[in-house]
This record gives sequence, structure tokens and C-alpha cells, in this order.
Amino acid sequence: MTGLQTTTGSPAARISGFGSYRPRRRVTNDDLAATMDTSDDWIQSRVGIAERRWAGPDESLVDMSVAAGGKALAASGLDAADIDLVVLATTTPPTAIPGLAARIAHELGVPRPGAFDLNAGCAGWCYALSSAADAIRTGSARNALVIGGEKLTDHIDLTDRGTAVIFADGAGAAVVTGAETPGIGPVVWGSDGDLHAAIAIPEGERVMSMAGQSVYRWATTKLTATLAEAMDRAGVTPQDIDVFAPHQANLRIIELMAKRLGLPESTVIARDIVRSGNTSSASVPLALDALLESGEARSGDTALLLGYGAGLTFAGQVVVLP
Amino acid sequence: MSTRDEIQAGLAEILEEVAGVTPADATPEKSFTDDLDVDSLSMVEIATAVEDKFGVAIPDDELGGIKTVGDAISFIEKNQ
Repeated sequence: MTGLQTTTGSPAARISGFGSYRPRRRVTNDDLAATMDTSDDWIQSRVGIAERRWAGPDESLVDMSVAAGGKALAASGLDAADIDLVVLATTTPPTAIPGLAARIAHELGVPRPGAFDLNAGCAGWCYALSSAADAIRTGSARNALVIGGEKLTDHIDLTDRGTAVIFADGAGAAVVTGAETPGIGPVVWGSDGDLHAAIAIPEGERVMSMAGQSVYRWATTKLTATLAEAMDRAGVTPQDIDVFAPHQANLRIIELMAKRLGLPESTVIARDIVRSGNTSSASVPLALDALLESGEARSGDTALLLGYGAGLTFAGQVVVLP
Repeated sequence: MSTRDEIQAGLAEILEEVAGVTPADATPEKSFTDDLDVDSLSMVEIATAVEDKFGVAIPDDELGGIKTVGDAISFIEKNQ
């Protein structure tokens, strides 16, 4: 047997830029109340959404992902040619074959990168971020583009207020690069596959179904420990968290998590769901990009992230914002 | 083992904490949704708090059958 040599990469990884794409069409709660049995009050009190963006025919999953990825590249200061890994976290590809990451890379002018799609439900982007950071630390990649893109409106029923009011479209992306000191903390990830049926597009069907109460219970009781462990493994405490950006599934879950974690008053809590709805694996980068753009979050801030969703899957990590 | 009165008092505390219900209003005949304005997600929070307080788990498939404060009291009494 011949011994194999292996590679080592950068001592650490960090995020060097964010970018996002929000579809043009804005859909308010009143718009939805005109076509189904719901109201602004019903929606706001249960999920905290005031409006969401729905993609039009000229805003495909690839279009949105390319737009977000291009902006992230520009923000990072890198050229497309510097990227050698592209990961698309998505749950809503229009077809299973081919995966879209290679085409997105091609449209961005990234030459022949490693490219793959990743489905870990709404936790997908946080899984992809961790995978990219690990690839950079092991030497499998130098610079990665990590995109979360979703077109969930392909999978909603406009007469079902349980899902149509919640899910929306969009894409968010980050460039991950090598660093001397860690800007992406250790991931705490896992899954509870006994609840696999709680969020699903049943086989042979188009429309998503969700057991809202089961998911709510799981999210509000099981995931606080994940967040605490992510902080612990990164060597920070709740007092150190400048920004809390969990998956934007439900404003009540976000508020309950923040309360149970004991985050200080000064922590900025991402509430992008209010204007974006639930965009699954796009929600965390969309929320972070919005906070950076508005100035509520700043370069160098310590942010606690959490993705969770269909699978059921979860992934939490602490990052330093670019 | 808690008595029905003790369970009712404990449940009233939970309802006040979770959904802002005035404790005096949390009487057995009251419907959670129709009388106390408790929605389906608040019911989940109540179930979680009941488990913490009384050590009685209310699974999701049982939650839908609990319509009134009295239903909840009986469920806790029977399963404690």
C-alpha cells in the first residue's frame, strides 16, 4: 500500500462579502386576503410577515442566484476567476438534473469550479457555509461562493393559507475565503429524521405541506441548545453576540429563541421575515445582507446564525461579518 | 399529584404568561380559541409549559382534541 499525501489549506476561513437578490413583485397581506380566507391581522399575529417577494417568469432560480452571487463577488473584491468552489443550497430546483451550481458558475464567469447543489431544507445555506469553510481549511478550495436560492412559490397552493402566506422567493450569497484567524466558527449541525414528514412535498405532488404545530414545537424547544453549543464551540457568550440571524421562518420563533438565549438588549435581531416572508435556504444571507446594507449590522460584528427546516435539519454557527 | 384546583391554578399562570389571559378568565368551560383568543401556536407553547410545570407531555396529535380549559385540566389530571 502506498501512503497518500494530503493537502492543508488556509489556517481559517471567513466571509468576505454578501450579495442578495429580491424579486421585483411585492405581495402584501391584503393582496393575499383578496384571494383566500386570511387577513393582515391573522398573518401578522401568527407568523409576523407583512409582505413578501414573489418571483416573476423572468426571475428563475438561476437568474436570482446569479444576481446574488455576482453581488457577493463584487462585495468581496475577488474576481470570478478566483473562485474554485460554488455551492447552491436550494430545496426548489425546477428539475433534479442537472444540479444548478455549475450553470450558475458558468453564467458568472467562474472557470471550472467544483460545483454542487445541496439540499438540507431551510438549513441548507448554513450547511453550505460550513462545508465551504471546511474545504478552504483542508485545501480543497481557495475561495468559495455559497448561494442560497429558492423559488418556493412553485410549491404553494394559493388557496392554502397555511403555506401560501408564508413562503416566498429570493437568493442570498456569500464569498468565503481563507484567513489567518477564524471568521467562521465551528458548525453545530444535526437532524431529527423522525420528523421527516413534518415539512414535505409529498411524492408525486407539487405543493408543500407543513405540520405547523410540530415544527413550531421542535424549533422552540430543541434548537436553543444548538445555538448555545455553537456559541460555546466558538468561544463566545450571549454577551458577545452583536447580531442574531436565525432562519426567517416565523417571527414568534425568532423572538422566543432570542429571549431563551438571554441575548443582551444591544443584540440586533434579524427580522427580515417581516418584509421577505420565509425564503428557506436564502433567508439567512438575505437577512444578513439587509442588516449590513441598512447599517444596523457592521463589519466586524459577531453574528450567531441558525438554519433549520425540512429533514428536519439544523445547523448553527458564529461568524464575523465582513 | 395535583388536584384539579391546583392544575387549574397552574394552567391559569401558564395562560397569563403565554397568551396574556387574565387568570380569573381561565375557567374550565372556556374555549381556548373562541373565548380566550389563544391561537394554534400559543397552544404549542402552552403544551411546552405544561410539560415543564406538571411533567405531562401533550403530543401534537392530542393537542387538537383539547378545546377548553377543562379539557386541558382533565388531560393533565389523567396523565400526571
